[in-house]
Amino acid sequence: MAGRYRSDLKWSDVTAKADYVNRRQLMMGAGAMAIGGALAGRAQAQDDLVPNTWEEITSYNNFYEMGTGKDDPKRNASLLTTDPWSIKIDGMVDRPGTYDLGDILRGKSIEERIYRLRCVEAWSMVVPWNGFELKDLLDQVGVQPSAKYVSFETLVRPSELPGQRRNTIDWPYREGLRLDEAMHPLTLMATGLYGEDMPNQNGAPIRLVVPWKYGFKSIKSIVRISLTDKQPANSWNMLLPNEYGFYSNVNPEVDHPRWSQATERRIGGGLFAKKIPTLMFNGYANEVASMYAGMDLRKYY
Amino acid sequence: MILTATQTINDRLRHFPTWPVYLVGALPPVWLFYLGVTGGLGVEPIKALEHRLGELALQLLIATLAVTPLRRFTGITLIKFRRALGLIAFYYITCHLLVWLFLDVQLWSQIWADIVKRPYITIGMAAFVLLIPVALTSNNWSIRRLGAPKWRRLHQLSYAAVVLGAVHFVMLTKTWEMEPALYLLGVVGLLALRLPKRRA
Ligand code: HEM
Repeated sequence: MAGRYRSDLKWSDVTAKADYVNRRQLMMGAGAMAIGGALAGRAQAQDDLVPNTWEEITSYNNFYEMGTGKDDPKRNASLLTTDPWSIKIDGMVDRPGTYDLGDILRGKSIEERIYRLRCVEAWSMVVPWNGFELKDLLDQVGVQPSAKYVSFETLVRPSELPGQRRNTIDWPYREGLRLDEAMHPLTLMATGLYGEDMPNQNGAPIRLVVPWKYGFKSIKSIVRISLTDKQPANSWNMLLPNEYGFYSNVNPEVDHPRWSQATERRIGGGLFAKKIPTLMFNGYANEVASMYAGMDLRKYY
Repeated sequence: MILTATQTINDRLRHFPTWPVYLVGALPPVWLFYLGVTGGLGVEPIKALEHRLGELALQLLIATLAVTPLRRFTGITLIKFRRALGLIAFYYITCHLLVWLFLDVQLWSQIWADIVKRPYITIGMAAFVLLIPVALTSNNWSIRRLGAPKWRRLHQLSYAAVVLGAVHFVMLTKTWEMEPALYLLGVVGLLALRLPKRRA
C-alpha cells in the first residue's frame, strides 16, 4: 500500500527533471522547500532536504563489492549485469521461493521519497529515491508469527564485482533488521533515483533504504531475504564488532571509536563546506524513536 | 679517464642545483588546492585534498629515507638533495595538518578531542611533532651549532616519525588494505638496512 508515509517534498516539485543535474537551480528551489517543509520532524536544526545532484550521488559511493575507494564503484559499475534478477525469499514465510524481479515489482506502487543518507563515516547526502515499502513485499510473501528479524544478502559474483576477488569482507555482504524496523513505513526497497533506474553503483536493481540508520545498513543489490527468529549477522559487525553494531541508528551522542558522530559534512559543499550537526535518528526521530523506547542506545549502537 | 655510469650520474647531479627541487616541490599543494576549489578533486574535495597530501608526504619521507641505501647499493649519491626532500615532506605534512584543522574538522572543541581520543590522529600528530625539531635544524648553521654527532642523533627522530606516519595510514582504513601495508613494509625495510651489521 502506498502513501503510508508522506515525503516532505518530491524532487519533481522542486525542480524540472531537466534541471536536476544543475545544482544552482536546485539551490533556487530551496526557498520553495522551506515553505513546504513545515511537516513533523522538520522543526529540527537541520535546514533542508535539497537533493544532491545525480553526479554526486553516483560518483561518491561505498560499495566494497566494486572496490574500496569512493570512486571505484562508478568506475566498475558497468561490469555488473542486473537482468535477469531474482530474490530468494525464505525462512519463516508462508510463500517461500525465488521471486523474479518482475514478480516483486508487480502491483507495487513506486513512490518518490527524498531521504537524508548519513554515512557512518560522517558524510551525508540527500537522495530522491524511487521505491516501495518493504512491508508490501513482506506482506506479499506472508510473514509467519514466529519471525522476529529479517536478514538480507547482496549478490556474490566476483566475475562482475571485482571487489569480491579479495577477502576484505566475508562475502556475501549481509545486513539485518528487526521485524518492526523492516515493517516501518519509512523502510524502502528502492529501485531507482531521480526517476531513473537504479545506477549499478548505487545498488541496482533493488536495494534497501533505512534512512534513520547509518548508510551501511541499506544493503545493495539484494538477492536474498530471510525471515528468522534470531538476530542476523551483519557484515560490518562481523568484521569490527566494537565499531559497528547491529542497530547502527544515526546518533550524534554515540561516537564511533575513531571519529565523532556529532557532526557531518553534506557532500556538494565544495572545499569550504561547513560541518552541520547530525540529527538524532538522522532527523526521523518523530517517526522511529518509539521503536527504541527504553533501550540503552550506547549499548545497542 | 674512463667514467662509469655511476660516476657520470653523480657528476651530472653534482652540477645540478637544489633550488629547482624546492621550486617543483612547492607546487603540488598549491595545484591540488586550486583543483579542490575548482571542482577537480571530485564531489568531496576536502577528504581528497587531505588524502593526496598525506600520501605525497609519506612518499617523500620514504624517498628521503632511501637516499642513504641508494648510495650504498648503487653508488648514486643524492645526499645533496636529501635536505630538500625532507623539508618538502615536512611542508606537505604541515599542509595535510592544516587541511585537517581548517577544512576537515573545523571545530576547535573536536580537534583536541580527536587528538587525544583517536589513536590514528594521536599517532599522526606524534609524527608531526617529532619532525618539528628535525625540520627546524635542517640547515648548516644548526649542524655547526650542535656539532655533527648531536645533530645526527636529533635527526634520527625522523626514523620514528616515518614509522608512525606509515602506521597512521594503516590504521585509518576500515578493512585490511594492501597499499598502506606496502608503505609500512617499505619503511620498515629501509630502516632495517640501517641496523648496524652484526660482526661474525
Ligand atoms: C608524518 C606525518 C603524517 C603522514 C606521513 C601522514 C600520512 C597520511 C596518509 C598517507 C593518509 C592516507 C591517504 C589516503 O588514504 O590516500 C593520511 C590520512 C589522514 N591523515 Fe595523515 N599523515 C601524517 C600526519 C597527520 C596529522 C598530524 C594529522 C592530524 C592531526 C593527520 C590526519 C589525517 C587524517 C584525518 C587523514 C584522513 C583520514 C580519513 O580518511 O578520514 N595526519 N595521512
